[in-house]
Amino acid sequence: MSMEAHLVVERPAFRLDVELRAAAGEVVALLGPNGAGKTTALRGLAGLTALSGGRVELDGAEVHHLPPERRRIGVVFQDYLLFPHLSALDNVAFGPRCQGLGKAAARRVAAELLDRVGLAGHADVRPGRLSGGQAQRVALARALAVRPRLLLLDEPLAALDAHTRLVIRAELRRHLADFDGATILVTHDALDAMVLAHRLVVIENGAVVQTGTPSEIARHPRTDYVARLVGLNLYRGEADGNHVVVGDVRFSSAERLTGPAFVAFPPSAVALYRTRPDGSPRNLWQAVIDGIERHGDNVRVHLHGPIPLLADVTPAAAADLDLTPGRQVWAAVKATETHAYPA
Amino acid sequence: MTGPVRARGPRARTPWPLLVPALAGLAFLVLPLAGLLARAPWATLPERLAEPRVLEALRLSLVTATIATAVCLLLGVPLAWLLARTTLPGRRLLRALVTVPLVLPPVVGGVALLLVLGRRGLAGQWLYDAFGVSLPFTTTGVVVAEAFVAMPFLVIAVEGALRAADQRYEEAAATLGASRWTVFRRVTLPMVAPGVLAGAVLCWARALGEFGATITFAGNFPGRTQTMPLAVYLALETDPDAAIVLSLVLLAVSVIVLAGLRDRWVGAA
Repeated sequence: MSMEAHLVVERPAFRLDVELRAAAGEVVALLGPNGAGKTTALRGLAGLTALSGGRVELDGAEVHHLPPERRRIGVVFQDYLLFPHLSALDNVAFGPRCQGLGKAAARRVAAELLDRVGLAGHADVRPGRLSGGQAQRVALARALAVRPRLLLLDEPLAALDAHTRLVIRAELRRHLADFDGATILVTHDALDAMVLAHRLVVIENGAVVQTGTPSEIARHPRTDYVARLVGLNLYRGEADGNHVVVGDVRFSSAERLTGPAFVAFPPSAVALYRTRPDGSPRNLWQAVIDGIERHGDNVRVHLHGPIPLLADVTPAAAADLDLTPGRQVWAAVKATETHAYPA
Repeated sequence: MTGPVRARGPRARTPWPLLVPALAGLAFLVLPLAGLLARAPWATLPERLAEPRVLEALRLSLVTATIATAVCLLLGVPLAWLLARTTLPGRRLLRALVTVPLVLPPVVGGVALLLVLGRRGLAGQWLYDAFGVSLPFTTTGVVVAEAFVAMPFLVIAVEGALRAADQRYEEAAATLGASRWTVFRRVTLPMVAPGVLAGAVLCWARALGEFGATITFAGNFPGRTQTMPLAVYLALETDPDAAIVLSLVLLAVSVIVLAGLRDRWVGAA
């Protein structure tokens, strides 16, 4: 079951215009900051928000003129929206019942699905008494119970605490691997997207800004948002041969390029010095410390200068350097960890 | 030590400007009922209660109020849905019209019903010619009068519940393949059930106490259209003690039913 869509939704002061594709069995993550239009796109696919233009095709057949109840698109909503007056079993059996199955048959289907998500023992429990992780599983089982052609997940892990999130993320990955239709996953969490999806579509301000596999996107971000998401410093400059010039800074990199180019490197590739270091001073410039914060086991230093910069240093190095805001330091970036690619 | 002070804090700190009028209001509502109890002819109460006239009026009141409530549910819930969930043109005017019976003196309502459903009325004449049905001065007429006056209570309560209900559950149901009717039946209605019940209780109570529209449209025939309020009013002219007894019965029935329903459903909502 493949999906192809061009979604256009016009609102006062907002316009969503994105093309989405997902092959059978493929999981595509729709990634973007709050207000980018991710949920609107999802609602457009499900038929809950009317499109101003475009189309939605499932296996080549247009469905965008159909009401949501006739699209057979399963949705797992952000806060699950399990019917509070029905037991977990009847929540899952709701879809099969609507598809014309008898009560007993629908419950058999539902029981099997609850068993698959590991909640066979909670069939009679009302949603109000389920934990967040359990409710998420019931919501997934409910969406899968209609044997959807397309599965939509709206921030499926956002409402969970850190530990549950870890467990459910791994489970979800397994269930999605078993699902033979296309899946669109909306998230603003890079890790969820990287772990769960085969392909990422990044949208900002209602438009697609980058698509690619998780590893492509993690290595070659093309917007500041994506760079922040994957934890890289990203600059746009002009390349000539083995150098990319960004403002007053000249980066050398392994790749040969000409014309507009991006330069990206992780904060851990940056070394900070109190005095100008000896040796081959490539990728070296003077910067001013804005502030510092804890980042995992290291200290993340925010700097400004010719270009804004994030640098990760060890606590020991931070103590030696006396990192106080306003202090001027030398910043050097290892050329081997600097990636340049065409803009 | 702030513990003990805190424990009795909220009660101790009720502000005077709220407490005094609140107590006055309570007294205003409760004292007349106390007066009823104080003046009741307790000695002759058992034999008066056994009078067929009392039992007949009570039975008629309960039956008509219950049927009127059923009619209101059948028509009022869909009407409330229409007002809450659709974007009909002139919906604000409709909503105003629906609440008119709330502010209309019931007698005027009764007159209006006579003009429309009376034997020479707009619809009444047709009903009589086509089916030989005449509503005024019949038990059915009592139900019509009560439903007319009580329905706005139900519609307002249900409309409020529908507006407060989270419509995303209905969207979730739609994605699961539920038609709009199935969504209403299996999701919307169960979710607003507490509001519907609260509305039905109010509606029933209003129907039980209905006087003006009933006496105007249905008249005052013992056993047929003479409900408890009508019997009270009539007895007041001839036998004040009987009026008190009838009032007590009406009061007792209402309190028992309302208290029972409130605790079971309305309070739990």
